[in-house]
Formats: sequence, structure tokens, C-alpha cells
Amino acid sequence: MNSYVLIAVMALTTIAIRFAPFLLFSKKTPPFILYLGSVLPYCTMAMLVVFCFRDTDTSSLYSCMPEILAGIYAILLQKWRHSSSLTIVSATVLYMLLVQRVYR
Amino acid sequence: MKKSVKEALKDSLMIMPGYIVLGIGFGVLMKSKGFGLLHSFLMAVFIYAGSMQYVGVELLALPAGYLNVFLMTLTVNIRHLFYGIGMLSRYKALKRHKIYDIFALTDETFSVVCSKNMKGLNREDYYFFLSLFDHLYWITGCVLGSILGNILPVDLTGIEFSMTVLFLVIVIDQWEKNKDHLPVILSFAISIACLAYFGRDKFLMPCMVLIIAMLFVLRKIRGVLHE
Repeated sequence: MNSYVLIAVMALTTIAIRFAPFLLFSKKTPPFILYLGSVLPYCTMAMLVVFCFRDTDTSSLYSCMPEILAGIYAILLQKWRHSSSLTIVSATVLYMLLVQRVYR
Repeated sequence: MKKSVKEALKDSLMIMPGYIVLGIGFGVLMKSKGFGLLHSFLMAVFIYAGSMQYVGVELLALPAGYLNVFLMTLTVNIRHLFYGIGMLSRYKALKRHKIYDIFALTDETFSVVCSKNMKGLNREDYYFFLSLFDHLYWITGCVLGSILGNILPVDLTGIEFSMTVLFLVIVIDQWEKNKDHLPVILSFAISIACLAYFGRDKFLMPCMVLIIAMLFVLRKIRGVLHE
């Protein structure tokens, strides 16, 4: 039973965070929040990319090679072909090969 | 209607592989800690936040106290505040499904919606169906993982990188569409500095505060320069 209550706590907290901006700023939005709304989507993606690399082992160059190689590959391919699906699928396969076969 | 749903389906396919596989990973992990289908299903439907659910497995297994669970959820998911603020102007005026669209605004759905060119699309339908398709992939993955347990024949180590690439791709596209790169460059610098200084579990909160402070200062400086 206790586990269901814990799941409810996690769910309600997450829902509260997701709704907070709309509840707080829906009626009248302060100019600074409007400004944030226009620049934050762009800035947040930068934070999210760094967030994704948080588990990268940076103790040596060797240990973070899969991330570096697959990351550079993804950037170059996207710049060249501009096909998001192609980049996502092929860069992920490359990364999986690197962590499973090459840099174990 | 049709065109918007089709477009939503097409865009959601970028998210599908990552969601299904990460969902399976979650279900398997839950199973290994002794939690079955119902638990995994409820979490997928009502929490619907990838990294939080992974942390949640550990919290359930302990089990942690209510206050700790609340604080942990706050720390891991506080970044969603940014998504809401970023979507205010787009989601505020929605008539139908608004509640659901806000509820289902995950990292991945946000990243697709925030950079989407909506020309010729019905906003209501596009937002709703993209959110719904993503949610269904996630639920499918979590349920599959719970049923399959540890009997998967393929090694999926590293599949989580698909989400990293999704975000990278979106940053690149946004970079090419925007002329003003200073805010995003500073955001990168702040995020990396915070990760290095505060560590993986604690960097998000100070990072968000600093990004807002940076944007505040940047706006002031540019306002002065403008006058």
C-alpha cells in the first residue's frame, strides 16, 4: 500500500511543477516572464544537453571517447543532411557500438 | 485535422525508439526490485517523467519517507518549470486538451514543440496528438519491460544516447534559426560550470537560478545599450 502512496507523491509533485507556470502567470504575465518565455526554450535546450552528459565519465579522455565521437558525428551529420531521424538513429547506433564493442 | 495529426505522428517517431526502449529499461528495473505490472503502469501513466521514474524505483525499493520522496521529485523535475514558462504563450490560449497538454509536457515533447514551425497546422490537434503519441510510446515501453523482465536477447546498453542526440539536433536547428546566440552560449557555459562545481545530482537548481539571473542582466544591459 505504501508504495502506491509514494507513487502518488511523485505524480502529484511532478504535476504541480508542470502546472505551476500556467497557474501563476496565466491571467497577467509580467514583462520579464514574457521575455523569459521567448528566450528560455532556446536556453533550456543547452541545459538539457549538458544534463544528458551528466553521467559521462570524465576521469580520462579514453573513458569519454564514445560521447565525444558520437556527439561530433551527430553535430556534423545534422549540419550536413538536416535529417533529424537519420541523425538520431545512426548516432545512437554508433554510440552503442562504441560503448559495447570498442570502449568497454 | 488530418494533416496536423499526420505531422504529429511523424514528429513523434523521432521520440518513439528512445521512449519504448527506456520504458522497457524502467519496467525491467522495477521487476528486478520486486514491483510488477500495475506499479510500472501507474507510474508511466501518472508520473510520466523518465529520469524521475528511474530515481523512483530506488525510492520505492528503500522505501523512502514521504518528505524525502517529495524533495527528490522537486529536485529532479524542477527543470519542468522552464518548459511551462517557455510554452506559456503557445499553450495558454488552447481550448481543448489544455490540461492534458500541460500534464504531458516532458523533456522530449517540449523539445519538439518549442522548435516546431506551426505554419498551416492546427495547434490544438498537433499539440494534443504529439503529447498523446509520446505518452503511449512511454506506457507501452514500461509495460513491455515489466512483462519481459530480463529475458531480452539483445544488449541495449547505450540506447539512452538517442535522447541526447534528439536534444543536440534541436539545439543545432535552433542555432540556425536564431540570430542571437549569446543567451544559449552563456547557458551552455553556466550549465557546464554548474555540473563541474555542484555535481550530477545537485547542479540543476543552481543552474536554473543562474540562467535566469544571466538573462535578467543581459536584458538590462541590452536595454541600456538600446537607449
